[in-house]
Amino acid sequence: MSAVFQVENLKKSFGGLAVTQDVSITMNPGDRVALIGPNGAGKTTFVNLVTGHLEPDSGKVMLGGNDVTSLGPTPRVRQGLVRSFQVTRLFPDMTPEEHLALAVMQRTGRTGRIFGHYHSMPDVMAEVAELLRTLGLDHIATRKVSEIAYGQQRLLEIALALALKPKVLLLDEPAAGVPQSDTPRIEAALAGLPSDLAVLMIEHDMDLVFRFAKRVIVLAAGAIIFDGSPEDVTKDARVREAYLGSYANDRSAA
Amino acid sequence: MAAIENTSAAKPAATRPNWLVRDLVGLAVILAVAAIGYFLFPNNLALLTRILGVALLVLSIDLVTGFCGVATLGHAALFGAGAYASGIAAVHFGITDPLLMVVVGAIGGALAGIVSGAVILRGHGLAQLVLSIAVVHLFHEAANKASAYTGGSDGLSGISPDPIFGMFAFDLWGRTAYGFAVALVAIAFVVLRLITRSPFGMLCRGIKEDPIRIRAMGASVQGTLLKMYVISGAVAGVGGALNAISTQVVGLDSLSFTLSAEALVMLVLGGTGSLYGALIGTVSFMWFEDFVSAANPFHWLTIVGALLIAVVLFAPRGLYGSAQTLLDRFRGDGK
Amino acid sequence: MQTVFSVGIDALAYGMVLFVISIGLSVTMGLMRVVNLAHGAFAMIGGYIASYATQTLGFGYGVAILVAVVGTIIIAIPVERFLYRRIYGAPELTQVLMTIGITFCVIGIANYVFGPTLKTIPLPEALRGPVDLGFRSIAAHKLFAIACGVAVAGALWFLIEKTSFGVKLRASVDNAAMAASLGVRTKIVYAVSFAVAVGLAAFGGIVGAELLPIEPYYALRYMVTFLVVVSVGGAGSIPGALLACLLLGAIDTSGRYLLPEYGEFFFYLAVIAIVCVFPRGLLGRSK
Repeated sequence: MSAVFQVENLKKSFGGLAVTQDVSITMNPGDRVALIGPNGAGKTTFVNLVTGHLEPDSGKVMLGGNDVTSLGPTPRVRQGLVRSFQVTRLFPDMTPEEHLALAVMQRTGRTGRIFGHYHSMPDVMAEVAELLRTLGLDHIATRKVSEIAYGQQRLLEIALALALKPKVLLLDEPAAGVPQSDTPRIEAALAGLPSDLAVLMIEHDMDLVFRFAKRVIVLAAGAIIFDGSPEDVTKDARVREAYLGSYANDRSAA
Repeated sequence: MAAIENTSAAKPAATRPNWLVRDLVGLAVILAVAAIGYFLFPNNLALLTRILGVALLVLSIDLVTGFCGVATLGHAALFGAGAYASGIAAVHFGITDPLLMVVVGAIGGALAGIVSGAVILRGHGLAQLVLSIAVVHLFHEAANKASAYTGGSDGLSGISPDPIFGMFAFDLWGRTAYGFAVALVAIAFVVLRLITRSPFGMLCRGIKEDPIRIRAMGASVQGTLLKMYVISGAVAGVGGALNAISTQVVGLDSLSFTLSAEALVMLVLGGTGSLYGALIGTVSFMWFEDFVSAANPFHWLTIVGALLIAVVLFAPRGLYGSAQTLLDRFRGDGK
Repeated sequence: MQTVFSVGIDALAYGMVLFVISIGLSVTMGLMRVVNLAHGAFAMIGGYIASYATQTLGFGYGVAILVAVVGTIIIAIPVERFLYRRIYGAPELTQVLMTIGITFCVIGIANYVFGPTLKTIPLPEALRGPVDLGFRSIAAHKLFAIACGVAVAGALWFLIEKTSFGVKLRASVDNAAMAASLGVRTKIVYAVSFAVAVGLAAFGGIVGAELLPIEPYYALRYMVTFLVVVSVGGAGSIPGALLACLLLGAIDTSGRYLLPEYGEFFFYLAVIAIVCVFPRGLLGRSK
């Protein structure tokens, strides 16, 4: 299988401080990878380097075989690298249906049209209805987002990413801030992600990591200290060293 | 607002006539008000026509400010560009057909929209406001300097448009001009309703609410806003052309900061983000202005100032927005 | 050579007047992040009071300045308390509208009270004539305006760098929430800075009255000039404001002398160029 997403020797420092040191990751279609690490490990910087919000000092980001290192965030999205946000970024005055229709129309190159409406685009309507059904949002499809529950907003966040038909999906703490009672629905949504999609999840919650990921990468002080199966991660001496004492704090903060 | 209230995502066909009917009602109301104005104030049609010209400017500001969230104090540059473009076309190039003059005005406004959009969209917040102010001053000074074409501070006079379709000559009482103005505003209203509801319009609303999310969806924020600036420029340019045709002169005041600021005030008074708000704001402001400033221009300033402060403090959504909120509340109680 | 010299002096005097009036705006905008279009209105109020004090009450120039500055501050206190506090942190559009509203009200009321004519503030004998510098003579009031600018810059530098109030002010500009949690009473810092800003505007309005004549539409005419100067310099930066005032003063004055038919074209062209290159102003902090 050919890699859909590759990060090669990515380096970034601010001032003299190396925040990302020689990070390399390869992902294939269908991969379910969790990226974890103690606070200050450089996860946010890594995400920003991958999405194109920061420029690396050296190294490469490859997407489906193309070098996208020199591209900004927006063209990377168009090439199939889509992210969700840790704190939901939705349009408060729009409905879930409008969100998804906008995303589908954007993906299919129709947001430039100054006339017409998505209601008269059967394919958009069908795809939106499908996404709403998959994520269980159909009963609130036409409510304003500012009026729906936070758990539902998080589901919409995932649906919005899926509407862009990504090759690689970057999930930034998809369950952050969701009340305990709603986490099963988020997990169900994650379990139902398309099987050919490569997913990289940044997460604090270890329970979620163990249930979701087939592979775990641990970032500490800007470098990868572990890359392997979830079963092995807790046994790894360096991981224990990096986490010991800080893990409990992380969980209460998250 | 342009929110589409349908009950079911699965049955779009059943909900579609809903907004169609509402828009037709809106259009009917506009035409009815225009007709009432015609019969109530037959001697004041020039004022009513001027109001309609400025209404197009205010609508065009609403496109960028209300629908896209770009704050601008320099939008008269687009209006004035349209006015001068059609005026110069008439005086210097013999294009005196009013419909052609409107087209030339729209093109002039759209070009000015590209130029000023390209400058203004480089900044955010304060920088954006200052850039918009600088742009309108720059246009003003340029028009003043190019007096061979624009007539400079004396204004561009000698615009004498042909009869519309060769049949309706512009009369002394301004009846033709008023009818022409009403037709232009009605057309602009319908076109803008369609645009604001289109996929492009949705994208603009998205940019207003969260540009970062729009970028994360793979859409270009700058490109979209610039496109809206061009559309906005065309609308403002039509307003400017209408002004040039109906008054038969173009003055430097059509490119002024004062007009830009006043038009923004009208928009906010009526309510941003809704085409009705823009129209209501323009009509109430200009009519009231004519009424009070005839007595004493300084009283007028005091009253407008106080009104503005009151709107900011007590009715931040403007006349139309506040009325809508009240109406929603009553409906909510009724249920 | 003579032209260069007189353009230079005029530019310097104009720049310094701009500086005295707009430095207060710069500080308050850096501090409260309010797009304040009504700042010129306070300069105008100062000018009106000074004119009234000298012409009608027969006060001397110095006393009139004092009365006008204090009077303007007294007028500004309720405005800050009841209107400005409502728009701290509001969107720019809201701030623009509120402050335009305040400006309109001030213009209307000033006219109702003082009438629509141009107001003069007679200069004292010492500032009226030219001052002979040996090789050239310069109008004394221009030298006075320059001296006032230098004095204000110096006094502000002292206030901000050397006093405990300055420490609190700088902390609040950098991070108001942090300063508040460290025990700085930011509301008081805001109020005092606002008062100082308004007082300086009034002072600048008076000493600059020869260059920017006091008339009913003063607040509207220079409304954007002050805002533009502040944003070019970088809100909250005193050296930035000084630099912007001198630079834009020079561009505007030399433009008026050399290419008068272009009006303010080059002034605003320079503004666009500078703001595009430095969106936070020449010496503005990057956030």
